Amino acid sequence: MAIRILIRADILGYIRRNSKQPTSYCMPAITTLSAQQLTHFRGKHCVVSDVSLTLHQGEVLGLLGHNGAGKSTTLQMLAGALPPSQGRISVCDFDLSTHPVQGKACLGFLPEQPPLYRDMRVDDYLRFAGRLHRVSADKLDAYLETAKQRCSLMDCGKKLIGTLSKGYQQRVGIAQAIIHQPAVIILDEPTVGLDPTQIRDIRDLIRELGNSSSVILSTHLLNEVENICDRALILQQGKVVFNDTTDELRRHSDIESSFIRLTAMQPESAQR
Amino acid sequence: MIRLIAKKELHSLFTAPSTWWALALLQFIFAWFFLARLDDYLQVQAQMAQMGNAPGATISIATPLASMLCIVLMMLTPLFTMRLIAEERRNQSWILLMTAPVSASQIVLGKFIGLLALLSSIIFTCGLMMLLIALGTQADFGLIASNLMGVWLLTASYGALGLYVSSLTTSPIVAAFVTIAISFGLWMLEMSSGMIRALSPNVHFQSLNVGLISTTDVSFFILFIAGFVLLTIRRISHEQGVA
Repeated sequence: MAIRILIRADILGYIRRNSKQPTSYCMPAITTLSAQQLTHFRGKHCVVSDVSLTLHQGEVLGLLGHNGAGKSTTLQMLAGALPPSQGRISVCDFDLSTHPVQGKACLGFLPEQPPLYRDMRVDDYLRFAGRLHRVSADKLDAYLETAKQRCSLMDCGKKLIGTLSKGYQQRVGIAQAIIHQPAVIILDEPTVGLDPTQIRDIRDLIRELGNSSSVILSTHLLNEVENICDRALILQQGKVVFNDTTDELRRHSDIESSFIRLTAMQPESAQR
Repeated sequence: MIRLIAKKELHSLFTAPSTWWALALLQFIFAWFFLARLDDYLQVQAQMAQMGNAPGATISIATPLASMLCIVLMMLTPLFTMRLIAEERRNQSWILLMTAPVSASQIVLGKFIGLLALLSSIIFTCGLMMLLIALGTQADFGLIASNLMGVWLLTASYGALGLYVSSLTTSPIVAAFVTIAISFGLWMLEMSSGMIRALSPNVHFQSLNVGLISTTDVSFFILFIAGFVLLTIRRISHEQGVA
């Protein structure tokens, strides 16, 4: 791994030295997550077919689609919770099927239902999640404080997770996904069950996270995509029908009618 | 990583009130049985003193206690093992372990060691009770040690079996029932003869029960435990889709 980083640093340095263009311009965005031709079968039913995507550092990607379009399945595959039937996923240059441990160390994942232990206290749980994601013991307390601050959980560290309200449980779930400060953060409907103020806070947080890491999130709220995502990917019946910047989605008409147009025309072309 | 998961497992087993209830009930039953055996022994002690080479206190009290402990733990272990994997799957917290940078063997060994720590603490308190014999008379410490070792190995075997069944299903109740059914089946094999009889872990406990530590029996237990732990690891790494 160290060698790979060194090589990359060398190449970057070479490009920079030999380039006439300003430094900031030729700095290529590092690909943190890439997936090729992901396909997943549940029994004989094809849930996700041929989904490819790449995510660069500092990018926020929104995953859109109707219920049952395969959003959660795609995210679970990207997070390594579900092995894809076909296709390859690499996280920070580590292939998830051959180097799962190194790859997963760069990932933070919030599933649809936050993976909480109801009988643990918030602090203990977050410490466990941090240690599990290989945060060293001396950094753990600092990371814990940062994660709690970001998710506004400062005053409920001693509370049992089972006694928290749904919104707070969701925040503990987000804190669990970001405690080890991963390069790729995958959030499955992060703002579900939160009140309007909390939704605003979480959106600010996602934008903040998007500066340093890559974030991929699924949502039903189109204005969320419009506000915080750089790019959008629309799934319909397990297939990608749109994969471009949000500005492109907005070009012809407003985002809502674009979404409806894109998801409505897919069934006919799927019946080929 | 293994230690981290084992510690967490032990912690969550001990925060469940059901664990404490089970432990308390077990101690109560065990103490009751201990006193009953002690009473029986005291009644026949005078007659036995006239016999040559009469059975001593340890073999009359501690040995039957150990075999009863085995049966009770055989029925109790599935209630702990069902929590290890099946219940985590149902509570959706399993995905945390599946997406964490840990290998299947670390997860499985961590969980198994956490379970063993709990079972060992049960066996340890029961062992203390057996040592009470030494207060009244000369106890046969070797026999007590071989019995405790037998109970530990047998319980660990049923624990490994339960862990594997737990990894196959998403329903804790199903995991518990299937484990109990298989354990009872293996126990019943004791009544058959020949090769099939040798498959029953309880048969291999019997020689340890009378104080005979033989390589055959100990290696049977080790193979049984290792076999089921490896099957569980295989199952989990298949689920992770590791090539």
